[in-house]
Amino acid sequence: MNDMMLLVEPLIPPLRRYARALVKDHATADDLVQDCLERAITRWHQRRQDGDARTWLFTILHNLAVSHMRQNRRRGSHVTLDDGVDEAMIARPATQEDALHHADVIQALQSLPEDQRSVLLLVSVEDLTYAEAARVLDIPIGTVMSRLARAREKLLQKMEGAPAQEAAKGGATIHRPVFGAGIFRRVK
Amino acid sequence: MNPGRPITEEDFQAYVDHALDERRQEEVEEYLSTHPDAARRVAAYAAQRQALRAALAPIAEEPVPDRLNLARLIEARQHRQAHSWLSAPGAGLWRNIAAAVALVLIGGAGGWSMHGITAGKASMNPESMLTQEAMDNYRVYAADAVRPVEMHAGEQEQLLRWVSQRLDRKVAVPDLSASGYRFMGGRLVATAHGPGAMFFYDDSSGNRIAMLVRPMKQDGDAPMTEHQKDDVGGVTWCNRGMGYSLVADASAQALHPLADEARRQLRTKI
Repeated sequence: MNDMMLLVEPLIPPLRRYARALVKDHATADDLVQDCLERAITRWHQRRQDGDARTWLFTILHNLAVSHMRQNRRRGSHVTLDDGVDEAMIARPATQEDALHHADVIQALQSLPEDQRSVLLLVSVEDLTYAEAARVLDIPIGTVMSRLARAREKLLQKMEGAPAQEAAKGGATIHRPVFGAGIFRRVK
Repeated sequence: MNPGRPITEEDFQAYVDHALDERRQEEVEEYLSTHPDAARRVAAYAAQRQALRAALAPIAEEPVPDRLNLARLIEARQHRQAHSWLSAPGAGLWRNIAAAVALVLIGGAGGWSMHGITAGKASMNPESMLTQEAMDNYRVYAADAVRPVEMHAGEQEQLLRWVSQRLDRKVAVPDLSASGYRFMGGRLVATAHGPGAMFFYDDSSGNRIAMLVRPMKQDGDAPMTEHQKDDVGGVTWCNRGMGYSLVADASAQALHPLADEARRQLRTKI
């Protein structure tokens, strides 16, 4: 179990981040991570030797989160596009300005369909390679790439309030102040 | 590598993710330098990536809560394995509470099924009813992140003794590890037809399947039938008066080979 401590412990913060970005509610997200860790403990010796621990754990967590979200949908208490951003989700903002800025990003993220959100999070935030993300999501790499492109474009529209049709063309035309005084101000 | 290779949408994505090799990266940069629209779009993606990382970074910097302390989780697991369920303090109490809850649920469910009959709902055959019970319990327990099973795989002997006693029939657990499904444990569940035993399995990716077992009203066998309700599929059969329903968040068709294997083993075990 020593190798497990070494390999898994550093992954707990990223796993929590992924869970919370997917399911919003803090306690539920930690429930999922706990369940994921317990499964990892009981099946540590069964994991594929050729796969790395990170991809394996994200796979377990992702599957748990998806079945949780599916259950919620069945009960009708799903997160919808109209839900406001969960203020509590943004952890300890440094300043008021940061908080606003972060809230915009999170709100836009929450409005993406679940399959696009997972790809974007795994690749953009968790730094999984395309091949690793494909393994976690059990989809071909080509699908990872196309979902990623769709997710980014959609997020852009959400954050800029650009009309969908125009943005879908991929052309950065009149309505694209891009880095104006908008939400990206403090970034980069 | 062919330097004339056209720039694709995938190149833009990979550029944003720093996933291109140096040469291709230069090619993309060259392209962007002469295509301002594409350049703006790629820059916006990159900024968006930064914004997402910045917004979510604080979560990973929070102190890890106690219940996610890995050393303790490992210790708890070893403790559970070392101590049998029967000798664990308080276990008897929990068993009594579970039994009481089951009785209340059975009473309620019995009343409800009578309601169905008097209201003239479509009558279901015994296998469909068993499948329905399996799916209902699966939805409740397989989705439970904290305690899907009452007794773990390490307590298999006690689990079987318990459920055999409650069902008043000999109950056995098929081993599905050859098909990639590890036995997690089980629990007593309430059905409209009395107590049932539910066993849970999961694969290396955490997908759970479950098998409900309970005595049927009629002795005898029933062939396998496939059932599907929304995302949950089930394969159900009876053997010498015992009903079995294997269910999962999958198509019934996909479950069929597992059900075949379970039935084959159960015939020799019981």
